[in-house]
Amino acid sequence: MKSRLSVELAGITLKNPIMPASGCFGFGREYSRFYDLSVLGAIAVKATTLETRMGNPTPRVAETPGGMLNAIGLQNPGLDKVVAEELPWLSQYDVPVVVNIAGTTTEDYVEVAEKISQVANVAAIELNISCPNVKCGGITFGTDPVIAAELTKEIKKVSKVPVFVKLSPNVTDIVSIAKAVEEAGADGLSMINTLLGMRIDLKTRKPILANQVGGLSGPAVKPVAIRMIWQVSQQVKIPIIGMGGISSAEDVIEFFLAGASAVAVGTANFIDPFVCPTIINDLEAWLDKMGVQSITELIGAGWK
Amino acid sequence: MDKGHLTVISNAPVADRVYRVRLQGELVRQMTWPGQFLHVKCGPGIDPLLRRPISICDVDTDNAILDMIYRVEGSGTKILSEAVAGVEIDVLGPLGEGFPINQRKAGEHAVLVGGGVGVPPLLYLGKQLVKKGVKVTSIIGFGTSNQVFLQEELGQLGPVYVTTIDGSVGHQGVVTDIMTEKFGLTDDEWDVLYSCGPIPMLKALKDRYQLSNKEVYVSLEQRMGCGVGACLACVCPTVEEENSYFKICVDGPVFGIREVAL
Repeated sequence: MKSRLSVELAGITLKNPIMPASGCFGFGREYSRFYDLSVLGAIAVKATTLETRMGNPTPRVAETPGGMLNAIGLQNPGLDKVVAEELPWLSQYDVPVVVNIAGTTTEDYVEVAEKISQVANVAAIELNISCPNVKCGGITFGTDPVIAAELTKEIKKVSKVPVFVKLSPNVTDIVSIAKAVEEAGADGLSMINTLLGMRIDLKTRKPILANQVGGLSGPAVKPVAIRMIWQVSQQVKIPIIGMGGISSAEDVIEFFLAGASAVAVGTANFIDPFVCPTIINDLEAWLDKMGVQSITELIGAGWK
Repeated sequence: MDKGHLTVISNAPVADRVYRVRLQGELVRQMTWPGQFLHVKCGPGIDPLLRRPISICDVDTDNAILDMIYRVEGSGTKILSEAVAGVEIDVLGPLGEGFPINQRKAGEHAVLVGGGVGVPPLLYLGKQLVKKGVKVTSIIGFGTSNQVFLQEELGQLGPVYVTTIDGSVGHQGVVTDIMTEKFGLTDDEWDVLYSCGPIPMLKALKDRYQLSNKEVYVSLEQRMGCGVGACLACVCPTVEEENSYFKICVDGPVFGIREVAL
């Protein structure tokens, strides 16, 4: 019997709609000490770049009311090591892997996408377009509909698996970006990435983060995510993986009502390593409470 | 390592803005390695959102009782300082790699060097060393007289030298300046040095022992996210390999002094 929590995302069947968010779960090893990763609907692993990335100097995190700022700087072992060591390790689990890819030029992205999409347990690519494009004067790929669409098109040409474009919320009109990447062939959207923010230390009178600015995540950003998913889901046909401050089954339901077809849990893993299995367990009771047979009935039910 | 709840037995100031909380719970029985830490949810709700890494100060595994000493620095530790007896505290741990002590032999001499809220983990370390027959000398530094704590308890393990920046208690100065000069502790008199404290103190130790053959360990502190090695917030450059990092939460917090760049 098909589970009430089962969802389908661009042809990929997930046993439940819960995945840890990229950047908040490494490549799964750390959390595998707490529970069997096979309970997860999917795993979105740390952003992978062509070359090894060292990331930013420390401090890399700062706390805000109900949230946190991070400026890790995409520290990752690079494409070759991820393909040789991390993804094979994850293949012991019965769980689809979503690989987040990042880069500084279209060529970097294309090379990573082409190679990584051929790895057996990679079910989808999550295209991180919140990176500066060095060839276009550092403008972020994800803040311009034309640049975002061009990148999506190039990735779609080489990827063997569905491509989810992870949208930046740091834009004036997220709907136009969403429509542009849909038009360019994106199989789905991930939204939202972190909101650019900053904190200053009163003692030193300097920014807390060594990088000065960082991405805001956690419960504080949830209303922004809900609003953006609400707006975008009514304007596109492709599925949305919702994220931004999710830490409970109630939050998941709210994201579904806004228009998400699956969700990613990020910062909440840091506070409770068991948050993903807990949410999965709690969801069934919520479906009962709401008199819903399948969680898919809730997708976009807030505006339908 | 696990997530669990510990019950507050007592929670009271021991120095200016410094509190000692005593907690009880089954999880404590896992806390056998000095130098490890707990990732503490200071209060319920989402503000503050993140856990706070706090070092383990002393453990009574038989009775599942744990002591932690922390300074009230921000909103999280403020809330923790208000937890009264009976309150349950959500903790993750024990986490990290503690002070290496397995190789220590009876008759050896260990020097424990601590500064401020870096002093607490040295108590549990000192107790375990003494149990192994290791002679322990402690040198602890604070800002001023009302900030001094653990002097008596460390004194039960061996000689304790106290320094304060303003000279209001013990010798004036910082621990590293006056180890030899005031306390007559020359390097050939000890076998191993364990330290925990502010970065300038650890840097001074590194400058002094980097090129020596002395066995010296430092315990580092950093803002942390997950505490389990996933988020890559609390990294520290390694010495051995260029462009390589340790994660303080899982590779440390204790490192050999020649392993890390400070």
